Amino acid sequence: MIQVNELKKEYIQKGQMITAVNSISFEVEKGEFFSLLGPNGAGKTTTISILSTILSPTSGNVLINKINVEEDPHKIRQHIGVIFQDPSLDDRLSAQENMDFHGRLYGMSPADRLRRSELLLKMVDLWDRKNSLVRTFSGGMKRRLEIARGLMHRPLLLILDEPTIGLDPKSRRDIWHYIHEARKEWGMTILLTTHYLEEADGADRVAIMNKGKIVAMDTPSKLKQSLGPGLVTLEIPPDKMDQVKNTLLTFYDVRHFSLETESTLKFPMPSSVSSPAVFLQSLPPVLTGFSVGTPTLDDVFISLTGDQQSINI
Amino acid sequence: MINEPDQSRLILDLLSEPEQSMTSYAHLRRDLRGIYTLWLRDVIRLWRDRVRLIGSFIQPILFLFVLGGGLKGRVLSQGSPSNYQVFIFPGIILMSILFTSSFAGMAVVWDREMGFLKEVLVAPISRTAVVIGKILGGASNSLIQGLFLLALAPFLKVFPSVGQILMMFGVMVIVSLSQTAMGIALSARMSSSQGFMVLMNFIVLPIYFLSGAMFPLTHLPIWLSVLSQMDPLTYGVDLMRGILLGTFYYSIYRDILIIMFFGILMLYISVRQFQRD
Repeated sequence: MIQVNELKKEYIQKGQMITAVNSISFEVEKGEFFSLLGPNGAGKTTTISILSTILSPTSGNVLINKINVEEDPHKIRQHIGVIFQDPSLDDRLSAQENMDFHGRLYGMSPADRLRRSELLLKMVDLWDRKNSLVRTFSGGMKRRLEIARGLMHRPLLLILDEPTIGLDPKSRRDIWHYIHEARKEWGMTILLTTHYLEEADGADRVAIMNKGKIVAMDTPSKLKQSLGPGLVTLEIPPDKMDQVKNTLLTFYDVRHFSLETESTLKFPMPSSVSSPAVFLQSLPPVLTGFSVGTPTLDDVFISLTGDQQSINI
Repeated sequence: MINEPDQSRLILDLLSEPEQSMTSYAHLRRDLRGIYTLWLRDVIRLWRDRVRLIGSFIQPILFLFVLGGGLKGRVLSQGSPSNYQVFIFPGIILMSILFTSSFAGMAVVWDREMGFLKEVLVAPISRTAVVIGKILGGASNSLIQGLFLLALAPFLKVFPSVGQILMMFGVMVIVSLSQTAMGIALSARMSSSQGFMVLMNFIVLPIYFLSGAMFPLTHLPIWLSVLSQMDPLTYGVDLMRGILLGTFYYSIYRDILIIMFFGILMLYISVRQFQRD
């Protein structure tokens, strides 16, 4: 469905050349749910803007449904639905009018527009507010309307740029419910960027971006496995911190921590450790807390993109 | 919940067929539909905002009846018109059109601030259609303003013939279109409405004051005369005044050609500005 090859986007800001996306490549299959993760400024939104034909690439090429975005952007636009990071509704029009205008822009017949907007507004629970102006809606209602509008023309590819940012947990759950309904119905492909790592957990594959590059790409479970058998969290009195760090470095060669505070260390379980119990016994008897957890996508994310701190001795 | 699997599957099947290239006729139809949609949106929004529509008549009415009324019948200097109020009437109509048209650019900036512009830019219509749709929407708004002011003619004891009304209508159409195209061209790269307001003051007020809307073009100091000739609105004012009062300063053909040329140039710039980065 999507083929991205050596995609690069540079632009000039305040006289400086900035490389927002630095030669990334990836493919997304038809019907796949693919997620882009990364900190702010990683290049996710720029990537998505190129895929949704708002920006042109500096170099490299992007095919959507086997059509090059540079050659025939109109044909691509017909097949994609985009849900932007920021709202993109006309708040002086009613919910129904926003749906209707979208349908008109995508060349839907009047009967089809009526049927689809009724169906979708009912799905997102806005049917009873269909004639209210959008400016009277809450943030969650606007988001739901945008989801409904994005699905109006039955896109083959739905692009979502942080769709649930700033929403309460119930609205977030509802929105995912609608998207999955639509996905089941016509096998829509989904490309998502998100800060909520648990949302990416539901994806078929995840690509983690940092500083314009893809630093890891795999299924969520494989990415978690890459961190090893588990994550160790140690609670240490601050004055004993150096002693523990020293032991970890000398015996296990642990230099990097995915999280480090005055009294906490978090790091992947060293591969030489046979069991957590043995590991605990080998550490100085100063710990106030010890736990081993399964890695989450958060841990993968932080270990790949966060500022890692190394031991200073 | 969604319960028409057959329907959507059918459409999915159609979509996943290998696509034959769209004919240019289909492209054109799609763009015309897009233009109509954008125009319709502007008209609906204008109608929703009737208070602003009525409020925007206050300024031209003050000019016409307070300034025009105050100066009416006074001899200012050599060559000044006998009835100042009637003299500035065509200029006031075009002032209203100029301000409203330029304001169409502000609507684009607002669309950008509100985010709605993105919805339009990812829709399957060409950027040319987006620009033309916005121009037609903005120009319709200006035309309504202009026609309303023209309807005040009897209050000035001016009774234009049907022919004069039709000709003035034609002038209002081309001035509305070309000035709206200018507003859109200016808005294409502006991201804040404050910035756009500042830009407008730098451009729209000089266009208005230099156009001869408020004074005759005869016996002008040379610098003013030169600047006035560079002003596209000068030729619109000349046409309107010529049609209503019978004397043209330039020739009709020159006036029409310059306005049309300016409009097409602005349309071209707008379309270029709206292309992707």
